[in-house]
Amino acid sequence: MPVSTIPFGPQHPVLPEPIHLKLTVEDEVIKEVVPALGYVHRGLEKLAGTRDFHQMVQIVERVCGICSMMHAMCYCECVEAMMGIETPPRARYLRLIWSELNRLHSHLLWLGLFADSFGFESLFMQFWKIREKVMDLQEATAGNRVIVSVNVIGGLRRDLSPEQQQTILNILDRVEDEMRLLEKPLLGDYTVMKRTKGKGIVSAARALELGCVGPTLRGSGVAQDMRQLGYEAYGDLAFEPRVEKDGDCYSRLKVRYREVFQSIDLIRQAMEKIPAGEIAAVVKGRPEGEGLARVEQPRGEVFYYVKADGKKYLERIRIRTPTFANVPVLLAMLPGMCLSDVPVIVLSIDPCISCTER
Amino acid sequence: MRAETITPDQLVGACARMKAEGFRFVTMTCTAMDENSFELLYHFDKNLELSTLRLTTSKDSPVHSITAVYFAAFLVENEIQDLFGLRFPGLALDYNRTLYLDEEIRDAPFCKNAAAEKNTAAE
Repeated sequence: MPVSTIPFGPQHPVLPEPIHLKLTVEDEVIKEVVPALGYVHRGLEKLAGTRDFHQMVQIVERVCGICSMMHAMCYCECVEAMMGIETPPRARYLRLIWSELNRLHSHLLWLGLFADSFGFESLFMQFWKIREKVMDLQEATAGNRVIVSVNVIGGLRRDLSPEQQQTILNILDRVEDEMRLLEKPLLGDYTVMKRTKGKGIVSAARALELGCVGPTLRGSGVAQDMRQLGYEAYGDLAFEPRVEKDGDCYSRLKVRYREVFQSIDLIRQAMEKIPAGEIAAVVKGRPEGEGLARVEQPRGEVFYYVKADGKKYLERIRIRTPTFANVPVLLAMLPGMCLSDVPVIVLSIDPCISCTER
Repeated sequence: MRAETITPDQLVGACARMKAEGFRFVTMTCTAMDENSFELLYHFDKNLELSTLRLTTSKDSPVHSITAVYFAAFLVENEIQDLFGLRFPGLALDYNRTLYLDEEIRDAPFCKNAAAEKNTAAE
């Protein structure tokens, strides 16, 4: 059988952002995959040399719109640890609440896009309709639908009033009810299972070996979630990672679907326990030394490294985003699969090219 | 931040030891110390604990790729080749400094003497 090379992307109906996969196929079976990046690389890390460490919060928020709040939170945690700043307890709970709102709308975005990847248009629209409620909550509480710019070094710039907290709980009740209605059409549908079960399988050992993170790792049966570290207020709340064992697209779908309810539960727990008090600590001086921080974003572990010498500008900021860690596993998932499965398998890692091309 | 300092000669062996002990490769960090010397950090995770290997190198002393041990490192090694101009002999999937950059670009934008930095200084 002759071997052909087929380009997948950088422009493709299932890809909102540009990434290119050079697919070597025999008949319609994938034999080899080589990814190509760099279409929109911005070099944001370099800006550490021209923006002071407070201004870098606004820079890292723009690494990615979907998980902007968590980028800023992870960076702030890193710098706060370097400077020995203890954020007020209320700020730790507020960060958790906005983080989980970020995860909610990110997972709902993905669930819609994933449904779209196998042609289930009405399901795509249902998930995005639910997502709008979360986007409205972000706008009502933070002033922005996407870039939730609430973090500062030392805590937060915004608080949640009791009325806003009640509104969040009320809306999330409706989100939960509507999500339950979609369980059967999503997880019990014959076509969805046909398109996702047994596709793009990666074992737990292989996922770890290839450095996978987030739902991609948990969909292969590895119970690892950075929220287990107990950062911010996660250590005060009941939390168990959502894990599925089959390692295929269906497992990764189930992990994200179940994590929507987990995020709602975490917000409810946080609302019950949130203490009164200040929302930001006083910050004096400049960071010095080296720091590391990790946070669980919707797509998995994000890693921040900061190096500083006490001067105005940081010496180095390094950001390893979850999609950057999950691209290598595509080279293991795709070979042996049919060409028509490629969009579904690529979407199953929830690729964020904006993060990858920071 | 704790890090074990190693020499470039010890790198591949140290990574093989990490892999045998069940560590997941997290990423690498490269920092330009001055125009010619660089610090490389290799970050690993096991049971939510981070471990880091640290080594220093120069542009004229290529550091061997660890992709034979951790294939997942191919992306970040290619990124460092592009941004810092270092080379990693033995890289499993070598883009030859075209992961992010066009072929004709020879500058390493994250180096201390990069053109971008000169422009900033001029401002």
